[in-house]
Amino acid sequence: MGTVAETPFHVLAVDDSQFDRKLIERLLKISSYQVTVVDSGSKALEFLGLYEEDEQRNLNPASVSPDEHIHRQDVEVNLIITDYCMPGMTGYDLLRKIKESESLKDIPVVIMSSENVPSRINRCLEDGAEDFFLKPVQLSDVKKLKPHLLKGRSKETEFNGNKRKGIENFDSSHDRTRYRYNAIDTDL
Amino acid sequence: MDLVQLQRQFVDYTTSLFNEGFLDDQFNQLQQLQDESNPDFVVEVVSLFFEDSERHLNELTQSLEQQNIDFKRIDAHVHQLKGSSSSIGAQRVQKECINFRGYCEEKNIEGCRKCLQQVKHEYVLVKNKLETLFKLEQQIIAAGGSI
Repeated sequence: MGTVAETPFHVLAVDDSQFDRKLIERLLKISSYQVTVVDSGSKALEFLGLYEEDEQRNLNPASVSPDEHIHRQDVEVNLIITDYCMPGMTGYDLLRKIKESESLKDIPVVIMSSENVPSRINRCLEDGAEDFFLKPVQLSDVKKLKPHLLKGRSKETEFNGNKRKGIENFDSSHDRTRYRYNAIDTDL
Repeated sequence: MDLVQLQRQFVDYTTSLFNEGFLDDQFNQLQQLQDESNPDFVVEVVSLFFEDSERHLNELTQSLEQQNIDFKRIDAHVHQLKGSSSSIGAQRVQKECINFRGYCEEKNIEGCRKCLQQVKHEYVLVKNKLETLFKLEQQIIAAGGSI
């Protein structure tokens, strides 16, 4: 049992099926997680603050204050759980993008699939997924998320001090992102 | 019918659904996700299943009526249907979907058409069973009882 001051873990769930989204959302909420659910990999990346280069340019006109982007980045996600089979960006594609991102690579990613394909499972695990759940996902599976989340949280506190102190306290990874946005601003 | 009789009827009916293979343990898993904060979860999820399934079945019917059959598209729909039926615990629908995918792989049109009929049949059966179950539940609650 955590201390009263601890904020609940925030899980981002990604699935293109409305039915599966309802299920995973309930499974996570009943396990006391704060949940955000999106229906595609690209929406997930948007939520995480990872835009495509061009989009960044469009969204960062000189008039927009840097603070808005910092706010976006400050939406803390402690774990991402994603369906594998999705149109457009698959769960695997999403995994790769997250692991290739400096600011997001430490977020644990779990993949779900209704198909038991060992080569698929191995590839995901080898490329950085913490775990692979076979659908239908059950409460017992969601219980397995805790250690991955705790590992992530302790890594955070190691690098970031106390993120929850507020906007003034930025860790180095945030600063790096800010510099990236600023660089794009000056390009305009 | 008094409350005790209703409750007994509910238990007997549920048991028969499991024994006859209409529902499997996954349905129990769903019940575990229902509580006072989400008292209608099972009904909501099952309603979504009905909506989803009917959409897929319509698409499948249309796809199989085309001149040029798009097996990839058909497989995609059956895959989704198989997924949601397994998440609900609708075991017999799920099993027919597995057969269906086999015929898809073989590009066997007749096989696919037959399977679609089977899937529709099983779907209608389980839909009726679940609706009956929910009606019983409502009667129990109306009579002041709980499940």
